[in-house]
Amino acid sequence: MAVVSTGKVVGSWRAAWLRVEGHWTWYRRYWKSNLYSSGLQPLLFLAAMGIGFGSQVEPGPATGGLSYLHYVAPALLVAGAVQNAIGEASFPVLSGFKWQKDFFAVTATPVTAGQLLGGQLIWVALRLLIASVVYALVAGLFGAWLGFGVFAAVLVAIATGIACAVPMMAIAATTYDEGTRFTSIFRFLVMPMILFAGTFFPIAQIPAGLRWLAWISPLWHGNELARGSALGGLGFPQALGHLAYLAALFAVGWVLARHYFYKRLVV
Amino acid sequence: MQIVGDDANGVDDVMVEAKALVKRFGQFEAVRGVDVHVRRGEAFGFLGPNGAGKSSTMRMIAAVSPRSDGELRVLGMDPDRDGPRIRARLGVVPQQDNLDTELTARQNLHVYGRYFGLSRAQVRARADELLDFAQLAERADDEVEPLSGGMKRRLTIARSLVNDPELLLLDEPTTGLDPQARHLLWDRLFRLKTTGVTLIITTHYMDEAEQLCDRLVVMDDGKIVAEGSPAELIARYSTREVLELRFPPGEQGAVIPTVEDLGERVEVLPDRLLIYTGAGESALEQTHTRGVRPLSSLVRRSTLEDVFLRLTGRTLVE
Repeated sequence: MAVVSTGKVVGSWRAAWLRVEGHWTWYRRYWKSNLYSSGLQPLLFLAAMGIGFGSQVEPGPATGGLSYLHYVAPALLVAGAVQNAIGEASFPVLSGFKWQKDFFAVTATPVTAGQLLGGQLIWVALRLLIASVVYALVAGLFGAWLGFGVFAAVLVAIATGIACAVPMMAIAATTYDEGTRFTSIFRFLVMPMILFAGTFFPIAQIPAGLRWLAWISPLWHGNELARGSALGGLGFPQALGHLAYLAALFAVGWVLARHYFYKRLVV
Repeated sequence: MQIVGDDANGVDDVMVEAKALVKRFGQFEAVRGVDVHVRRGEAFGFLGPNGAGKSSTMRMIAAVSPRSDGELRVLGMDPDRDGPRIRARLGVVPQQDNLDTELTARQNLHVYGRYFGLSRAQVRARADELLDFAQLAERADDEVEPLSGGMKRRLTIARSLVNDPELLLLDEPTTGLDPQARHLLWDRLFRLKTTGVTLIITTHYMDEAEQLCDRLVVMDDGKIVAEGSPAELIARYSTREVLELRFPPGEQGAVIPTVEDLGERVEVLPDRLLIYTGAGESALEQTHTRGVRPLSSLVRRSTLEDVFLRLTGRTLVE
């Protein structure tokens, strides 16, 4: 008697969501250690920089007359998200291709390489949501927020993180060694970006000749948007410009990541 | 292209049909014009050494590797166009386990089953059955990482069955396992076959091919060099028995003229002479009568290893 398979093809969004479900199964086992690294680290920064260091900073024109805690809290939210997102898009993605090879297991099912990529991104977005909400709640206890603008700031943080995660996934999909380039990227791109792209001080302080480095960094656009959301004072055209930059980064990243996911998984 | 099956069900009973199938990676041609026809319920094997093109062929059949040339139909569909629909009905056991080692055995099955559109209730029920089938029920809720190689392999096979596949693709299913684990696996695969699942197996172990395959093709250098059942292949390309004479390295050559006429054919291996004959024992007596004194001797049945040696002049596992 012939066997009849129970398997069927699911729609693209559903397929991506099933990947998220798989990650969630894993997260339920390991959430504590993860939340610690992804949620607590920005809070330590907030305590040290916003409250400790910030106590020595006079409110001035650069902080819009607000305390340094208010100034730095939205940017640390975005910086934390960017750091998390890039981290999640590097070694864990390379592992899917190289060590654990579970990407090959997933694409042996009806789920396609593109749907897998979509699932990875939605998963990163969810992780960022969890970490950002935890950060926002605790920062709120410190009195870091002026009002409901924090909700928009959380969305900005997730959007900025995802815009950075996609190109990083493209890079991970083209990495065949042990991922030494990730360490260089963290050191020479991510860390300087967090330090200099308007997280801790306005980029007006950067010498004019170098300021373009901040302008091209996605974090600066995210920081401007998050500050605008939390503190106000950002014009609509500027906001639109920052969003457009992040959207463009996402679009280019998506095309590249999708291409390289297929190239590596469908050969 | 008209495909005609063996019975009234016709097209539906051809699981895989490949004609002049080619796979190129840049300049390198891994599969060089392969014809394959696999019917429902068969256990079909690709036997060949590493690098023969078996895995590349398997990946094309699994609809995860586009063909470079030729025709290919899997379950009556074109893998280039209907990849997801084909994969929905396949089970795949890759050469290397790619389980989620940080999840439990049961969670691996749950998560994987969902990719095939199964409901939560379905995957729960199916996981219980499969954990029993794979004899992993006791370790069901343990993390995968510390499980033994054989257990991981069985879990990979269990996972491949989560969607009740009509066609199960096994790429080197027992490579790297100890003999006991291999036999346990073969037993499970044999059970599957009796339930009507079509199996396609690649292997470079002739004993595995003999154990599991109704029909197989011998592949070498990207091409099929012979096709048939294990018994047919042995009958066609080898003798009933083989007399093996072992000598100290380098000394076997001197004996060849003395024993050449004792069989249909003599193969010279680095440490042995293989004399292909219908009657091994009497050939052995003759060698003694003629004063040949090997270190040791053995009379055995011909195997697929001998078929491969005959066809390619090389041994399967080097």
